[in-house]
Amino acid sequence: MGDKLLNAFVTGGVLCVIAQILVDKTKLTSARIMVMYVTLGVLLGGIGIYQKLVDFGGAGATVPLMGFGYNLAKGVMKEVDQNGLLGAFTGGIKSAAGGITAAIFFGYIASLIAKSKGRR
Amino acid sequence: MAAAAAIVGPYEGDGPLGNSFDKIIPNDDNGEKSWEKAETKLMKDTYQLLLQKGSTTENDIDYVIAGDLLNQNIASSYAFRGCEMSYLGIYGACSTFGESIGIASMIMAGDFAKQIICIASSHFCSAERQYRYPLEFAAQRTPTAQWTVTGCGGVLLQKHCFLQKEGTGPMVESFTAGRIIDQGLKDANNMGAAMAPAAADTIATHLMDTGRKPNDYDMIVTGDLGAVGTDICRDLLSQYGFDVYGIHNDCGLLMYDRNKQDAHAGGSGCGCSASVFSAYLYPKLQSRELTRILFVPTGALLSPTIIQQGESIACIAHAVGIAG
Repeated sequence: MGDKLLNAFVTGGVLCVIAQILVDKTKLTSARIMVMYVTLGVLLGGIGIYQKLVDFGGAGATVPLMGFGYNLAKGVMKEVDQNGLLGAFTGGIKSAAGGITAAIFFGYIASLIAKSKGRR
Repeated sequence: MAAAAAIVGPYEGDGPLGNSFDKIIPNDDNGEKSWEKAETKLMKDTYQLLLQKGSTTENDIDYVIAGDLLNQNIASSYAFRGCEMSYLGIYGACSTFGESIGIASMIMAGDFAKQIICIASSHFCSAERQYRYPLEFAAQRTPTAQWTVTGCGGVLLQKHCFLQKEGTGPMVESFTAGRIIDQGLKDANNMGAAMAPAAADTIATHLMDTGRKPNDYDMIVTGDLGAVGTDICRDLLSQYGFDVYGIHNDCGLLMYDRNKQDAHAGGSGCGCSASVFSAYLYPKLQSRELTRILFVPTGALLSPTIIQQGESIACIAHAVGIAG
């Protein structure tokens, strides 16, 4: 159990560190970095490499944004296997449905309850 | 300059100049329901304070020349909604305050007014929402990014023969309007570097035009070049043959304590140069601790749209020579 926890933290941590280095050392905007992560996740997920990272790091690989890309790729592959080429369009959103809906729902609740504050 | 006033936000109040400001609002929302309304109130309150400090009333003001960072300058327009005096709204991004003082001085020199209020504001939260992302999005900021100051600064200019007492107050003695300079920089997270060439261009033009040397001024203070832009500007000026080391300072660097406050490359925004001038530089000019300064607010004239279209950042700087 402790092993799995450590692996998760290391995996997730490394992904975050890479992003931070990109923020600090390059001119990439944070939006570009996030899109890059999702796209890379789709790519690595599609060719099967990301699965190895998930096996090693668990949530440390699936929670960061790259994991979302991986999820999209997995969903597409599953849907294409089952329902043919139409799966290329429907598969991604299908597998991400839970996450997307949760984001909208909880975001909405947060906007009702919380009040915007300035930043420090 | 008969009077000056500045009101800032809590973060600015925590900075090294905290004690100089007339008032520090307790919260960024300023008691209002939106950031834009908060900024409008900030400007309105600063204006009222200015009338008080200048012992004058709305009816005696000929023009107010105001600007801010928001789309369509709404903080300024709505702050002066319903006021008696004529309103001239301008946009110079963070160089607005300098532009305002320059235009006001020219109007007065042409004998078209006796009293003009020059005022500019910015607000961190409303600026982030407009130029970058709403705060709720929690986007991360880069080390070169600057912190838009929540603050408003204003001065009351009086034509010198109209002064109640002889020889009071610092005087605007020269104004060099800038030209728009674009060196092809595209990084909207590093505006200091983009604005430095404009600042150098205007300062060099001013010095050549007036035949002065940097030493003729106690201080040449730019608006918000920040840490990155300051170095570039000083280097560019030495290439022009002007050595400003030891004389140059920057409002963006003066505003925050970069060791204790996480302001990255320093402060920016119309409110930065406006409030730092009104609260920190103006008193020093009054007491003659500074006898002559060149005040050079700098502005990046970009919009999010044009940046997304791949354009680079066009910048400008206006120089105002003020003698104490």
